[in-house]
Amino acid sequence: MTDSTAARKPRRSAGSKAAGTTGTKAAGTTGGKAAGTTGTKAAGTTTTGGKAGAGAKRTTRTTRTAAKKGSETELVQLLTPEGERVEPTGKAPYAEYAGYVAGITPDELRGLYRDMVLTRRFDAEATALQRQGELGLWASLLGQEAAQIGSGRATREDDYVFPTYREHGVAWCRGVDPTNLLGMFRGVNHGGWDPNSNNFHLYTIVIGSQALHATGYAMGVAKDGADSGVIAYFGDGASSQGDVNEAFNFAAVYNAPVVFFCQNNQWAISESNEKQTRVPLYQRAQGFGFPGVRVDGNDVLASLAVTRWALDRARRGEGPALIEAYTYRMGAHTTSDDPSRYRHDDERAAWEAKDPILRLRRHLESAHHADEGFFAELETESEALGKRVREVVRAMPDPDRLALFEHVYADGHALVDEERVQFAAYQASFAESEGV
Amino acid sequence: MAAEKMAVAKAINESLRRALESDPKVLIMGEDVGKLGGVFRVTDGLQKDFGEDRVVDTPLAESGIVGTAIGLALRGYRPVVEIQFDGFVFPAYDQIVTQLAKMHARSLGKVKMPVVLRIPYGGGIGAVEHHSESPEALFAHVAGLKVVSPSNAADAYWMMQQAIQSDDPVIYFEPKRRYWDKGEVDKDAIPGPLHTARVVREGTDLTLAAYGPMVKLCQEVADAAAEEGRSLEVVDLRSISPLDFDTVQASVEKTRRLVVVHEAPVFLGSGAEIAARITERCFYHLEAPVLRVGGYHAPYPPARLEEEYLPDLDRVLDAVDRSLAY
Repeated sequence: MTDSTAARKPRRSAGSKAAGTTGTKAAGTTGGKAAGTTGTKAAGTTTTGGKAGAGAKRTTRTTRTAAKKGSETELVQLLTPEGERVEPTGKAPYAEYAGYVAGITPDELRGLYRDMVLTRRFDAEATALQRQGELGLWASLLGQEAAQIGSGRATREDDYVFPTYREHGVAWCRGVDPTNLLGMFRGVNHGGWDPNSNNFHLYTIVIGSQALHATGYAMGVAKDGADSGVIAYFGDGASSQGDVNEAFNFAAVYNAPVVFFCQNNQWAISESNEKQTRVPLYQRAQGFGFPGVRVDGNDVLASLAVTRWALDRARRGEGPALIEAYTYRMGAHTTSDDPSRYRHDDERAAWEAKDPILRLRRHLESAHHADEGFFAELETESEALGKRVREVVRAMPDPDRLALFEHVYADGHALVDEERVQFAAYQASFAESEGV
Repeated sequence: MAAEKMAVAKAINESLRRALESDPKVLIMGEDVGKLGGVFRVTDGLQKDFGEDRVVDTPLAESGIVGTAIGLALRGYRPVVEIQFDGFVFPAYDQIVTQLAKMHARSLGKVKMPVVLRIPYGGGIGAVEHHSESPEALFAHVAGLKVVSPSNAADAYWMMQQAIQSDDPVIYFEPKRRYWDKGEVDKDAIPGPLHTARVVREGTDLTLAAYGPMVKLCQEVADAAAEEGRSLEVVDLRSISPLDFDTVQASVEKTRRLVVVHEAPVFLGSGAEIAARITERCFYHLEAPVLRVGGYHAPYPPARLEEEYLPDLDRVLDAVDRSLAY
């Protein structure tokens, strides 16, 4: 008890996470900070949250070690919250990541912006539809657009994506019609899209299960001798799951071409990072024998670059990598959640200053990559998407009653057949009595 | 080719070998299945002949094994997973119940899960804790899974072939105390459907229904009862999900009495479901309530007590007497 209390305090005193990456000017100075310390002064001075349990000798030693390691793997940022491109400092890994977006064109930047705006618009529409009673539940991705669009756009057509239930932006990048995502939230199915038509697996609700599916799939890719990559999405809460840790280990042992993309949005429903981990999540990778990197998850360019890097090395047969996209869940866990019970508004306000869409807009404007016409046109497109989503959801029919017996088995099952017949007869009995 | 005599373990081994030979997508996965050939040697020699890429020694993590098998199935493979012992399956229970069983329905039939989980189960071998359990009801209760258990070498061989060919996940419970029992296996036979029961001994006075390791016991019970002038019919259920109630019903309509025998605890075990269904189907035929013989509502005991826990000749005969006394 004493130990864990001692460990918790300094992380809190290290400043609110909200302030984590604000006001950072120099490249690579925002990094590695488990608790997101403010007032970063120079590159490479990351502390990685190792200041836990100040006072004890043992802890002091830990702090030094952690600080040393942290300086090698800081948070990767290529676009500041003010919209300024960060030039690589020349340090090897950082420059390597940056190289993956070095040649990005204004057109591609506008494309990323469009993706994020439309994803947010879709997400807002879904939240509204839940409030109107059209959906039973919605898990908003608000705030995580850059992490999802950046990583999603890094994937190739033949890559395979294993999402949680919040990867609406990744689904968008994979070409899954957004209205397909809403069936399960409306309650007409449990997913319903064909995973193989976009190589985008069904949403997985049990936390972390899909990390193993992704790893197994990647083992299959390797057996086939293909050079496709696989990407598994999960969150900071899932990092505590045995399945995620087993996935890390299997992937490492079999050198599977899988990228573990952890969106650390700071909150697992009501539980903060402090309840999930004693080390920055990206550092977990080291213990399993593959690289881990923390990227500014509100920076679409950095998310794109780092994911391209990770997928590239997976394709080359260099095995798995862990990306921790440091971001923030701006909204509630789902529409059933009430964040006011466990976090303060000022935290959200601080993250709003680092908004992923805002920073790219600032960049597009200051670099003269987009004019008013572009933004106006996108606004129109955005509204049209909202309207279409609204219409499709409202028109979405309830499934046929007998659907509850469908697809339980691929090759059939005597009991299911028997119960289907009984159910149909029971239903028919109402029709008969009404007819009388 | 004429029928060969071989042990149950060898029959499974030969069946796996045939599957590996005939379908390049079939994989064997599990702890110690490669070099060692499994702790019961069921996969003996397979890695040597098919390589480490197809007969895969896995890290020691059951959830990881089943979870990655699901991923491999999504990629088009047909993994045959060994869970080393019955009591070790529970770390994988989540993957089995929430993912493996539901993937086909969740995808509205677009994703198939041709995964076989081999689980050596049951007691009678004097083992330590977690090595003698019979958890089949925990799987049969889950829609989306199929559950089978062979009782003899020929079924072990053919039911494995059929389980691997199934596009549904099949939990294949291996009666570990019968691994060394020998029987005739005809590799050219044309097997009947996987999920059907079989009358293995005809009788007129009472039906004994069992599967896996208890079928042999029931045949011994029938022999003993015959000496007392009673004619017992024995039904080998073979499949627990789906369960072939038609075959049991036909038998009970003839004998009018039913005793179900399994090693698993009686409470909410498969015998409970059989009793309920057969009572419903054969109410006017029954001369006695359906009786069950099985394990107690207690943890599987230490080896020195397992003979008290497991159904044996006398306990089954006792139930037969009670049924006939109605």
